[in-house]
Amino acid sequence: MDREKKLLIGVLALQGAVQPHKAHIEAAGADFMAVKTAADFEKIDALILPGGESTTMLKLIERFDLWDSLADQFTKKPVWGICAGSILLAETVLSPTQKSFAALPITVERNGYGRQLDSHHVDINGYPVSFIRAPIITEVGQGVEVIASHNDRPAWVKKGHIMATAFHPELTLDFPSPMHRAFIDLARETA
Amino acid sequence: MSQNNSGSVINIKTGLAEMLKGGVIMDVVTAEQAKVAEDAGAVAVMALERVPSDIRKAGGVARMSPPELIEEIMKVSSIPVMAKCRIGHFAEAQLLEQMGVDYIDESEVLTPADEQFHINKHDFKIPFVCGAKNLGEALRRIGEGAALMRTKGEPGTGNIVEAVRHMRQINAEIRAVVNSDDAELMTMARDHGAPFELLKLVKAEGKLPVPNFAAGGIATPADAALCKQLGAETVFVGSGIFKSDNPDKFAKAIVKATAHFDDPAIVLEASKELGGVSMRGTEISEIDEPMLMANRGW
Repeated sequence: MDREKKLLIGVLALQGAVQPHKAHIEAAGADFMAVKTAADFEKIDALILPGGESTTMLKLIERFDLWDSLADQFTKKPVWGICAGSILLAETVLSPTQKSFAALPITVERNGYGRQLDSHHVDINGYPVSFIRAPIITEVGQGVEVIASHNDRPAWVKKGHIMATAFHPELTLDFPSPMHRAFIDLARETA
Repeated sequence: MSQNNSGSVINIKTGLAEMLKGGVIMDVVTAEQAKVAEDAGAVAVMALERVPSDIRKAGGVARMSPPELIEEIMKVSSIPVMAKCRIGHFAEAQLLEQMGVDYIDESEVLTPADEQFHINKHDFKIPFVCGAKNLGEALRRIGEGAALMRTKGEPGTGNIVEAVRHMRQINAEIRAVVNSDDAELMTMARDHGAPFELLKLVKAEGKLPVPNFAAGGIATPADAALCKQLGAETVFVGSGIFKSDNPDKFAKAIVKATAHFDDPAIVLEASKELGGVSMRGTEISEIDEPMLMANRGW
């Protein structure tokens, strides 16, 4: 890869917390792009599935015929699913069960940490992050590396070029977050 | 970023509003409607006893919805559930917090309980959304602890004119604050009736300290696209959906248009999915003064 060329990190912008990623991505030395179409996906080096509502994203992915092109992206580019995004990537989704891409061998329980009253801030590896109506990663399959846990549950996991966090580092205003840095390092290794 | 934020992390209350961005929040009055809304792709539902257009028709006092109804809607929904309390009615808000709803709307759609004071929203762990017609009103509510703002619009009319007025008003006033000299800021705070410290934040950041959504009179996919292009980050749709002939179709069309608000080809496609029918609208001048909901609260 050309050393001068900056990586272009796409954030799926069908719905959810998209813009907060921009400052983190830029502080980690890459460029940000909000992506909505199959043509957009072709331009980027790595993809973030942001926090938001997983059911909404799922419906929009199906309605806009993006399923196959996204699945194709997941096979070849680094992908990071955050909260709702991690639910889309999971192999198994519980409470209620829901269709998913099964790109990462984990089981997630939707809203496992509870409703908004249970949303909270916590330090992960010394960095404050937000758990918002967050899913619990209840099981991890073979080869999944648990990078950090919260209440003895995996909260930051990775296998190969696929990464997932149950929490939101993008709502922290100290740029870049260690998670963005790790993801962009992953993208550099893969590029 | 905002006075509501703890240290370097966006307040957890506003954090949830960030997750709702780019979506549609739908008014529902039954658990079945909540399922239709979720299946259509709503990012959240607003649990109500009656939609605004029916509140208008029925007259009388509109209050918080019965707890059984709200809890039933919470039970069937996997997306966030919001519910309304009357302006100033902090005891209704306490009940909503006790039930564990995800957001409380201190709403002018219901009959105000207090004509002088709004709820001190800092007292609650549940986040609040409030309506505003202008910058001063928005900053007063944020000063009281609102984690999310929306335009008031004129709910239940299917007439977008008031929401547009409020959106444009807030945008214009923010631009004036950004372009002001520091010495002018205190006078602006007086004129807007806005907390000085929040006005300073607006000047520094060029936007409200919390997200701003559109509400009140959104009745077509193009209305949603208009509000989004005027800067609203998400849209609330009330009477439009479940008063239409085909709520499922209508809800899907609005969700589609909101996601691709800046692509007229897709908004057109969404508009055609409605099959040529839309909600009957009400001209604002036809409404009797006491039923102008945007004038409730200050």
